[in-house]
Amino acid sequence: MMPLTNPLLLVVILINFFTLGSARLVACIRIVAFQGALLAMLPLTTHGITGHAVLLAIGAFSFKGVLIPWLLIRAIREVRIRREVEPLIGFVPTLILGALTTAGAFLFSDFLPLVAEHHGGLYVPTALATMFAGFLLLITRRKAITQVLGYLMLENGIFIIGVLLSEAMPLMVEAGVLLDLLVGIFVMGIVMNQINREFTSIGTQRLSDLKE
Amino acid sequence: MNFFNIALLILLTGSLAALAIRRSSLASWVGTAATVTACLFALTSSLHVLLTGEVLRQSLPWSVPGGEFALLIDPLAAFFVLPISLLSLFCALYAGPYMRHSGQQRSLSSHWFFFLLMVAAMLLVVTAANAVLFLATWEMMTLTSFFLVAWDHRQAEVRKAAWLYLLAAHLGMMLLLALFLLAGDICNSFNFSDFGPLARIPLGSASILYLLALFGFGVKAGLFPLHIWLPDAHPAAPSHVSALMSGVLIKTGIYGILRVVSLLPAAPAWWGWLMALLGGAGALYGISLAAQQRDIKRCLAYSTVENIGIIFLGLGFGIVATAEGHPQLALLAFAGGLLHLWNHALFKGVMFLGAGTLMHATGTRDMNRMGGLLRRMPLAGLLWIGGSLAIGALPPFNGLVSEWLIYISLARAGAGVVGFGALAPLLLFGLLGLVGALALVTFTRLIGICLLGEPRDPGAATAREADPVMLFSMGTLLTGCLAIGLYPQGALRLMARPLSQVVQTSPEMIAGLGQQVAPLGFAALLLVAILLLTAGLLFVIRRHRPLAQGTTWRCGYRFPSPRMSYTGEGYGEFAAWHLLPAFMRPTVNGGHIVGPFPAPARLHQESTDPVLVRLLHPLFTGIAERCQRLRWLQQGQLSVYLFYIFIASAVLMAWSIWAGGRGG
Repeated sequence: MMPLTNPLLLVVILINFFTLGSARLVACIRIVAFQGALLAMLPLTTHGITGHAVLLAIGAFSFKGVLIPWLLIRAIREVRIRREVEPLIGFVPTLILGALTTAGAFLFSDFLPLVAEHHGGLYVPTALATMFAGFLLLITRRKAITQVLGYLMLENGIFIIGVLLSEAMPLMVEAGVLLDLLVGIFVMGIVMNQINREFTSIGTQRLSDLKE
Repeated sequence: MNFFNIALLILLTGSLAALAIRRSSLASWVGTAATVTACLFALTSSLHVLLTGEVLRQSLPWSVPGGEFALLIDPLAAFFVLPISLLSLFCALYAGPYMRHSGQQRSLSSHWFFFLLMVAAMLLVVTAANAVLFLATWEMMTLTSFFLVAWDHRQAEVRKAAWLYLLAAHLGMMLLLALFLLAGDICNSFNFSDFGPLARIPLGSASILYLLALFGFGVKAGLFPLHIWLPDAHPAAPSHVSALMSGVLIKTGIYGILRVVSLLPAAPAWWGWLMALLGGAGALYGISLAAQQRDIKRCLAYSTVENIGIIFLGLGFGIVATAEGHPQLALLAFAGGLLHLWNHALFKGVMFLGAGTLMHATGTRDMNRMGGLLRRMPLAGLLWIGGSLAIGALPPFNGLVSEWLIYISLARAGAGVVGFGALAPLLLFGLLGLVGALALVTFTRLIGICLLGEPRDPGAATAREADPVMLFSMGTLLTGCLAIGLYPQGALRLMARPLSQVVQTSPEMIAGLGQQVAPLGFAALLLVAILLLTAGLLFVIRRHRPLAQGTTWRCGYRFPSPRMSYTGEGYGEFAAWHLLPAFMRPTVNGGHIVGPFPAPARLHQESTDPVLVRLLHPLFTGIAERCQRLRWLQQGQLSVYLFYIFIASAVLMAWSIWAGGRGG
């Protein structure tokens, strides 16, 4: 099953670039959902079909691939958000930054004191690159909903690292992380709703009115 | 150890039980009963250790990193457990009737909860043998006492005082955290029993640890420039709480310093000089300001600063004498300092409880609105006078004994050394004398204005004698003062083991110490006998020849009123305006009289703390203003904050790699 892993991780990195460069909100959500679904396969390709891996894959798929994207698309419909991403920094600079951070992630992971079998693999650089891309999305986009997407991508990066450790990590911890994510999305959804009601827009910039 | 554990258990269950009870009277009853039984147990175990010298220890696992529930009662700890349990016992007895009135308006359950926890925390602080446990109980002591100080939180000034206390205590806590982290880093363990390597560290790092301890614990102890929370917090708290805080809680700071010094390598002389100098300065500063206060509890709070200063003076000079190789002098100074610590717990207890009684009866803390109280509440007044005699270091009470020991230590040091070296101890001797004189001014003023003369206020005129239980608490504490005054050898014998822990000594030297103070006790006994005889004689004469009652001389006025009598400010005028430097004088508003037929004028005099108002206040306001410039960091934009997080995590990652690469 190992040969499947590297292409899978490469696709994950490509998806990072797509989200950083795309202007369409729904497409972004769909592609992040796709990324989540791909990552859900990662435990299977890494550890083979064991009970633990299957459970993890099913959990990750249902949360990241189905439930959360569905919630987000529903939110767009309910709150009637304009279906465009509003960047603080243009798309091209974001893409360049994304490329730089990805290159940095690959360089950086060489220096990490890893176990021998993780050295040289794509896992750690992909995880770091995905986390950085999520962070970039969080920082450079204006709408609250794109920030939820950034958060989701950040979590995807953490998930990749988690897969590496899933032999050592009990299932309860994985389940806890997923549940955490769901709760986080819920809270942000509620916050979004409140922002919308208060300021009649969901741009997080208006939040600066709350500054002391 | 069992007795001590039982005491802790009783205190903890008692506090929870008190919290569950909403009815004030029942909560009071439970709280008092729990404190009294627990304190009796703790008292037994501390006396056991002091008398037999057996060191009690126990250690339970504790699931905190680096922590262990290790308790150790060695003689030094027992030396502090004794006053803590004794004073807590009588304060708890006193609190029942004292809080009855305020218990009718709100439930006392939270008060008793915090009170019991505070007693438990104090007992744990002095017995903890693990740095984590020590810091945890230290923090618990700070928080519970904060809530007790803030009991009347509806008044703005009480809230302010409590905040000041919390702030100061936590600034001190920061230093203590640094101290124990450093010590733990050196020894690779947080157990005091593993702190042996500390005794072998170089002098430079030992000095840093010492300074951290001196100032970190000094904040709590009320060491001179750090005493600022004390004069506000003591008046704000209920009287039995101020008695407990002033009597024993701040002494835990001294315990901390002694403990740390006993762990560090042999102290160089400048450590002692620093402590003695700050102590002497604090004693003079405290008593000078005490002589100006019209709030009786604020006056007592400043007197606490003075007494703590005297204790530090004794201990500091003891360190100096040890470093310079005069064990005899060191023993005298340490014995004086430590005995003064016990004495202060006793007589400050009497004074604060007495002040509470007067406040309870008159409804004010302002001495200018009291007067004539000795006639209305003779027993409480007499006990208060007794406490004042003790605190003013007059025979036959205990204050004299401890100060005498410090005096002779200083005087012998001055006489024994030839040349310039004799100057410093003799100067300190003179300073201590000056402090003693000002203490007499302060306490004659306190007694004279509050108790004697005619009432100046309807509240004082209708005052009635205090509750018998309150009088019993004060009376027993005062009996303790008298007992040490009459038989000082006994107290010194009890102190022999703790003394040998902090200073090099031998049984013969301790016995010699007893002989030094024995004449003092004998003279006090003689004095008491003469006084009793004279009083009896006068009483007999008075019965045979009743005195004629007349009016006092009216200075030529036709209708004298109590308003014309001396005020506190009037009595303290000489000390305030002719003795003190300008920056310590009170501020005066109004009172300007113009022309031959002046209009009615008002005069208001107020004494504020110069260190707080002129030094620390501008300092911290300045820092706060500088920090305002950092406000541009707060942009109010989510993406900017996320950017900060990103930068921080990126830097941390890079640093971890760098440090990992360096350290392997």
